[in-house]
Amino acid sequence: MSVDAANPEHTHEQEHRLGRPAPPGSGYPVGSPMPDHLGDVIVRTTGLEKYFGTNHVLRGVDMEVRQREAVMIIGRSGSGKTTFLRCLNFLEEPTIGWIEIDGVRVEADPLRARSRAHQEQIRQIRLRAGMVFQDFALFPHMTALENCIEAPVRVRGLPEEQAVALAEKFLDKVGLLEKRDEYPSRLSGGQKQRVAIARALCMEPKVLLFDEPTSALDPELIGEVLNVMEELAHEGTTMIVVTHEMHFAREAADRVVFMDQGVIAEQGPPEQILEAPTQEATKRFLRRFLLT
Amino acid sequence: MTGITGGLGTEAHRTTVLAQIELAHGRSRRRFSATFVATWIALVLLFGGGAWLASGADINFVFTSGPVILSGAGMTILVSALSITFATGLALLGAMARLSTHPIPNGVGSFYVSLFRGTPLLLQIIFMYYALPYVGIRLPALAAGVLALSLNYGAYMTEIFRAGIQAVPRSQREAGRALGMPERLVMRRIVMPQAVRIVIPAVGNEFIAMIKDSSLVSVITIHETLFLAQRIGRSAFEPVAALLVAGAVYWTLTIIFSLFQDRLERRLARSDR
Repeated sequence: MSVDAANPEHTHEQEHRLGRPAPPGSGYPVGSPMPDHLGDVIVRTTGLEKYFGTNHVLRGVDMEVRQREAVMIIGRSGSGKTTFLRCLNFLEEPTIGWIEIDGVRVEADPLRARSRAHQEQIRQIRLRAGMVFQDFALFPHMTALENCIEAPVRVRGLPEEQAVALAEKFLDKVGLLEKRDEYPSRLSGGQKQRVAIARALCMEPKVLLFDEPTSALDPELIGEVLNVMEELAHEGTTMIVVTHEMHFAREAADRVVFMDQGVIAEQGPPEQILEAPTQEATKRFLRRFLLT
Repeated sequence: MTGITGGLGTEAHRTTVLAQIELAHGRSRRRFSATFVATWIALVLLFGGGAWLASGADINFVFTSGPVILSGAGMTILVSALSITFATGLALLGAMARLSTHPIPNGVGSFYVSLFRGTPLLLQIIFMYYALPYVGIRLPALAAGVLALSLNYGAYMTEIFRAGIQAVPRSQREAGRALGMPERLVMRRIVMPQAVRIVIPAVGNEFIAMIKDSSLVSVITIHETLFLAQRIGRSAFEPVAALLVAGAVYWTLTIIFSLFQDRLERRLARSDR
């Protein structure tokens, strides 16, 4: 399956010079130089809103994420950051708005009245956006390796030897090649999450979504997961991470997004948002972390 | 305590204490097993022997007629195995139907479960054999019996399977979807294998119940254990002894099956969380 079935009407990003000045909508102060490794916009949400019943959780989120960009979303619980992430690959159905990932553009359909062709579009989005969950969600009846080759073989249609080679490469990358034949029950929380990252990488997605990947971990296991993620970020993996790890965000993020009450309250380079926030809500949120 | 060498806190002292604890635990484990087995033997002798003596039957009956009754065990196993196989298939379909968001399959599933759980199994067996011929469907006894047992157990197991599928954490489905798996593949590769592990204890109970309930098909002249026991009991004028032997046959079959079930559960538990 080709992952470059780009919708031609949305390839309007012109060829830019790297390190170019930030355009409006990029999330960086307009005109300031963006990090020079960033490429073209690959994820874009437009006017994204989500209601749970009458609870207005997302109140219009416009976000652009560029190739090789690492975006960290922070904010207090209930700010809508996890809902936003889950809307990106339609694990939650947005109520209003558009989502576009790597040329596949899908509109919110709160009544879920999609045609089959439209549902296929959502699958195409999911193929482009790998996800890592807070609770790992490894398949307990499969070994680490089987977890990693399941979707490549059955969804991407890779021959098994090729899928195994790919899985071994990524298990090695997360430092768990020797655990390839273990069942998840025999792995520590940190190891499970690293296998989950390898599993997502095996689909060779265009962007990786992380939903509080260290929140379910014992404190001493958090580091091994963050190290893997930081390495991925530095290698230029496009990623959107919902996290509470401010030190990690400071080290690995190109851009930090602070969400509050269902909107982006403030965003920009990590040193700006984490050290010199301008919004009162951001300051109040960060104060709690400075105390620890 | 006796036999402790060395002063408090020394290695020798510690070793002796640990050895004594180990010894005592071993002794108490062995004593427990021995008494447990003895209790069983006593109860079997008390009730089995007591009932046998009360029946006034000749012990020779066991050797002359026992083998005939035992020969019905083959039919008991055949009826049970066929029925449980079909029931499992029906239950899978039933569970899918009950979980469907479409009202027609959902309605069909719930009607099926309600009808076959809401009427007596014995009635269903008699109906399949004696009533269906009135509408032109004439089934051999074995087919009628297996059909009734399958439909009845399929209804109960539908609910078991449905609960098992629902017990698989939602995040498992989401993980499958997030990998781009279509819903059917998620069901087949992610949800079902886990649901099967969850329902195995409950399904094992159904298997055991099936072995016993298969005796109901004796009313439609299938030559299984209970049918043969009643027949030979009448002709040998030893009805109580015949029932005791038949009971022993069923009991033994269920015990053997329980052992298999234990082993299966332990094997599947290997990959458990």
